Amino acid sequence: MSRKQKDILTWLATFIVMLIICLPGLWVVLSAFRPNGEILTKPAVWIPRDLSLDNFRAIFGMGEDVVGIPVASYFRNSVVISVTSTVIAVLIGMSGGYAFARYRFPGKGAAFLWLMLSRCVPGIALSLPLFILWSWTGLIDTQIGVIVVYTAINVPFTVWLTEGFFRQVPRDLSEAAQIDGCTPWQAFWKVEFPLAKSGIASAAIFAFLTSWNEYALASQITRSTDSKTLPVGLMDFTAQFTIDWAGMSAMAVIIINPALILTFLVQKHLIAGLTFGGVKG
Amino acid sequence: MARLRRFIRDNAVPLALLSPAVLVILLVVLLPLIFSFYTSFSNYRLIRPDSLWDFVAFRNYARVLGDGEFWSALWRTVLFLTFALNLEMLLGLGLALLVNRITWGQRTMRTIMMFPMMFSPILVGFQFKYMFNDTIGVVNNALQSLGLAQEAIPFLVDRWLAFASILFAEIWMSTAIFAILILAGLFAMPRDPVEAAKVDGCNNWQVFRHITLPFLMPFIYIAMTIRSLDVARAYDIVDVMTGGGPAGRTELLWTLIARTAYDDARMGRANAMAYVSILLSIFFTWFFFRKLMAARKHLGAF
Repeated sequence: MSRKQKDILTWLATFIVMLIICLPGLWVVLSAFRPNGEILTKPAVWIPRDLSLDNFRAIFGMGEDVVGIPVASYFRNSVVISVTSTVIAVLIGMSGGYAFARYRFPGKGAAFLWLMLSRCVPGIALSLPLFILWSWTGLIDTQIGVIVVYTAINVPFTVWLTEGFFRQVPRDLSEAAQIDGCTPWQAFWKVEFPLAKSGIASAAIFAFLTSWNEYALASQITRSTDSKTLPVGLMDFTAQFTIDWAGMSAMAVIIINPALILTFLVQKHLIAGLTFGGVKG
Repeated sequence: MARLRRFIRDNAVPLALLSPAVLVILLVVLLPLIFSFYTSFSNYRLIRPDSLWDFVAFRNYARVLGDGEFWSALWRTVLFLTFALNLEMLLGLGLALLVNRITWGQRTMRTIMMFPMMFSPILVGFQFKYMFNDTIGVVNNALQSLGLAQEAIPFLVDRWLAFASILFAEIWMSTAIFAILILAGLFAMPRDPVEAAKVDGCNNWQVFRHITLPFLMPFIYIAMTIRSLDVARAYDIVDVMTGGGPAGRTELLWTLIARTAYDDARMGRANAMAYVSILLSIFFTWFFFRKLMAARKHLGAF
């Protein structure tokens, strides 16, 4: 095979892969702008004739057809729960990650492994006792109840990521700052934190995405508009007699948008965080 | 007691820094798990609160282990994980090698590759439920418009087609994790050993098999460890795509737990099953974590 043939083959393979990755998402996005009538028509309509924002108006309760699903409250719950649990998990994770990166103490390796193992409990298995305990304590179907759970499932990963980044910051810097008259607390915030900032940002994005996308736990410990999040709300559509594909597609677009924007902003750090955290032991 | 006091005094700072993390995991993960461990030995049903104190020893476990439904769900889950993890690893490796060869537009490719990772599993499930639908799905419509199929193919109804559809959704979502981490490994790889081997007369396959692949192994194991942390995400996909049905044909261990606990309200028995699923997850994670540690040491010897 000549070099040119090889190049053409590489491009062809790349093109096919791109198609498989992109088409499903794009199809959902397209459907979000089409009316249900056109989606359900037989034989299939391939070239959209009727694109509009009607589906979005409908799921937010504006416009003529109102969908009986309170997407606006679900959206608000999702934002409050994801942001709050991310902030708390990052603070706790930074504190723990710093301890692992800077101090030696007996049982360090075991502690780290146990932290990781706590993360691998399947959501649905953890939901059983939480469902009962949260019912008893009144935490069920409250935003706080979900925030506490999401904080806990995010802590192991934020510890892991921030530990990797703190270890890359040389110890001497903090010591030098302390000799120059900083307290350890000042030295941390003025010297070490700014240097590990990009890693902490990537930990925050990961935590946010986990909370934003979580379903198994939320589907059991939320009940009403008081705490239901978007992924749980998406299933409301399937409970109806006929599935509103256009409405579901519109809601899917709303769920995916924040995640996509955040990822484009920090994708470089995301990869670095995953790799260095794991390989450089 | 004195030893404990000395331990705390000697390590006061790291212990204080770690305490919030330990506390929150203790409260939200460990305590509930201890509670559910007890529950798995009781005849607890949600509709009868008193039954929590009805201690039945190993009866739940005996019932679960003697239940054909449980074994077929467990077997399906293991089959599912074996296919999913291996195919994701192979496809991810292929994808990484492919992207590594591209010189123009590589950054864009890498960004697009991360696209499925951002999707909520529930969205991935919805997306493929919609595409594979037998009346309005784009896949069936395309096959029929092109004249490749006479009538609709029941992707989500037939036993094996439904299994394959769910597997496809899972692989679509998670291959990126492998591809991205392996690609990071390819970028970090030193060029000298490869060139030296080529000078010594190794062909492309030999270079890949004996130099590239061993270097990539730790990266593959990190990806495996990260993946095994959340294999149970497949629950979301199955729940939205088929709900374990029709007639339990796509039931995985996790959907069976949910059905037993919330639809049949048999919390005790569901918790016994949940413990099997927890052990399964811990086993996978621990296994790959060990492999990762071994591969790291091996890499250090270079």
